[in-house]
Amino acid sequence: MDQIMLLGFGTKGWGGMLLLGMVMTFLVTFTALAIGAVLGALVAWARLSRSRLARFGGEAYTTVFRGVPELLVIYVVYFGGSTVVTSVGQLLGAEGFIGFPSFIAGALAVGVISGSYQAEVYRGAFQAVARGEIEAARSVGMPTLMRFRRIIAPQVMRFALPGLGNVWQLSLKDSALVSVTGLAELMRTSQVAAGSTRQYFLFYIAGGVLYLVMTSLSNQVFDRAEARVARSFRGGLGRG
Amino acid sequence: MPDFPFIFDTMGKLLAALPTTLELFILSISVGGVLACFITWARISPYKLLSLPARGYIFVFRGSPLLIQMFLVYYGLGQFAVVRHSIFWPVLREPFVCAVLGLALCTAGYTAEILRGGLIAVPAQQIEAARACGMSGLLLLRRVIAPIAIRQALPAYSTEIILMMKSTALASLVTVWEVTGVAQRIISQTYRAMDVFLCAAAIYLVLNFVLVKLTGGLEYYLTPHLRARPTSLSAGLRPLPPPAAGDASHG
Amino acid sequence: MKALTGIAVGVLTAAALTVAALPASAKDWKTVVIGTEGGYAPWNLTAADGSLDGFEVELVKDLCARMKVECKLITHDWDSMIPSLNAGKFDVIMDALSISDERKQVIGFTDPYAATPASFAVLKDSELAKQLPMNGEEVKLTGDATHDKDVVEKLRPLLKGKAIGIQAATIYSKFIYDNFKDIADIREYKTAAEHDLDVVTGRIDAAFDDATYFLSAFESPENKDLTLAGPKIGGPVWGEGEAFGVRQSDTDLKAMFDVAIAAALADGTVKKLSLKWFKVDVSP
Repeated sequence: MDQIMLLGFGTKGWGGMLLLGMVMTFLVTFTALAIGAVLGALVAWARLSRSRLARFGGEAYTTVFRGVPELLVIYVVYFGGSTVVTSVGQLLGAEGFIGFPSFIAGALAVGVISGSYQAEVYRGAFQAVARGEIEAARSVGMPTLMRFRRIIAPQVMRFALPGLGNVWQLSLKDSALVSVTGLAELMRTSQVAAGSTRQYFLFYIAGGVLYLVMTSLSNQVFDRAEARVARSFRGGLGRG
Repeated sequence: MPDFPFIFDTMGKLLAALPTTLELFILSISVGGVLACFITWARISPYKLLSLPARGYIFVFRGSPLLIQMFLVYYGLGQFAVVRHSIFWPVLREPFVCAVLGLALCTAGYTAEILRGGLIAVPAQQIEAARACGMSGLLLLRRVIAPIAIRQALPAYSTEIILMMKSTALASLVTVWEVTGVAQRIISQTYRAMDVFLCAAAIYLVLNFVLVKLTGGLEYYLTPHLRARPTSLSAGLRPLPPPAAGDASHG
Repeated sequence: MKALTGIAVGVLTAAALTVAALPASAKDWKTVVIGTEGGYAPWNLTAADGSLDGFEVELVKDLCARMKVECKLITHDWDSMIPSLNAGKFDVIMDALSISDERKQVIGFTDPYAATPASFAVLKDSELAKQLPMNGEEVKLTGDATHDKDVVEKLRPLLKGKAIGIQAATIYSKFIYDNFKDIADIREYKTAAEHDLDVVTGRIDAAFDDATYFLSAFESPENKDLTLAGPKIGGPVWGEGEAFGVRQSDTDLKAMFDVAIAAALADGTVKKLSLKWFKVDVSP
């Protein structure tokens, strides 16, 4: 009975704090996905480019950020970011240390990692766009930007959606590691609650269940989005 | 200036923990792989009694952080007197076994979905053709289904095993001190976070680079039909796109 | 490539910063930001409404009133506490931080406000609970092998072949390694809570940690079968005790805290709070 009270919303209940943690996890992951989308698009473009240097740079980015443990990237961004911001601040005449907000550090770190996975998703999706359609667009005289906007982008978005759903889930769980920067997201809130109440199993299980809630909700969103974009395409074979 | 003697010393200590990381990795993907075959089989079964539990398994193990799974497997199971008095306890009380179990249970969920993706990609016509030739059962699986499914699943699986290599870091939660755990211990003794973590990063980068090359080589070996193309046809044309599935299907 | 450049930039600026940061320390301390874990009961803990409480939280409120500064408490993860202090995220660490030589190389310490003994935790019905010598006795060790020999020699025969759990990279891990490594199986845990759980399951025979921590942990229903056994070991072997951590450059801040801590020790505030939270007096 006491345990149910601890998870509730009363004065002794951690329900409110855990929900806030969930909101924070969502915000970090969402910001990271946006940062990753920009980085991922750039890297995908580099990897598809004709320039050998750009291809090498793109490949190095994906190899490094998929190959290095996530925790390390978070540490480097968090502490590296602080020192960079502080020294820039000192150049501008500010005094002493300037902290690098945990939220920005966390979102940036998870975003950089997410970018390396998104790059692969975009690359695969671009390659799935039928060459003939691009050539047809060119032959009717569409300029580059219009071709991108009307022909390439809509199809890439459609082919990339299932992959993006996976990246979202991956980032959602990477965001749990941001707890080392002190950001009160779901994982850290669960740990603090466990340490303060000494109810370790209760709060670890509660944390796990809340992550499951988030993944199943986001699965539904992505499924709907896939169904929505699929409407404007002919039902292809094996694409279900 | 970088402190080379310190970096050298740190590298030595981290490399001493490398065998533990590799053992965790190899054992967990092997056990997880076998488990995944059973789960996939149950998942695609027409019987709800089999497919529903498999769905549930995949949902739970893919949807929650490994840290929480590992904690519950190691510390949670031992809370039950039933488990402590069972015949499994002599095995389950060993931290290393629990670490492998935790990692294997998790990767099995992901691998099962990847295998299922590969199976879906096997064209029904090919199976029908094989049946028409009189193939069935294991022969059909070995000659037709498995080669095509494995080929399709390989890019996603390569991502999965790279993620597993990094996930072995969580074993230090259950007192198995592998590379990342040792790195964190050196940091809490010396507080030189950046130096130590960069050494650890270098080790993982090399390991994962080797994994990428190995799976890349295997993929090349398994897809002869995609590479040997007459030059006269492909001249001036871009190569055919590879299968549309992005290889980031880990989620 | 980008990553390497990024890291190089980070390392270079870090190097530049250590030089640049020194003159900036002459600061007028009106507000002090204090970093704490908020999950290490009873030293510091978080209540369900998000507010902080615990021995250290009450103590620091008292100290800040004495220093006439405004204190802002923020919570942070234990693993990156010390680097975060040096990166400027907060000015003071308050997290049952023991003074040690290794830590002194990277941060500064105030005078200690607590010094706690350490002890073994075992299952109530285990043979160690009945047989460990000097049960409940307070002994002082110095960390010097010849001085500590008497006590260590009495413990060794009983710990032979046993599995002992310790928290990784604490002052206690060095003591256990130095004296029992050759006869016992030593396992390192990331947190104290985890070695408690493993004593309960019987994976390890004993855990060694801060006695005040154990006494508080035993109140949890999961740990109802645990008890302290053997001597309560205190003295210089654990260094000077628990203190606030500050940046080495902030000598003025250290001086302010030292005066306030001395006053709080003299008028019995520390003792009063200690009895409230630990039920024993931990003042140094």
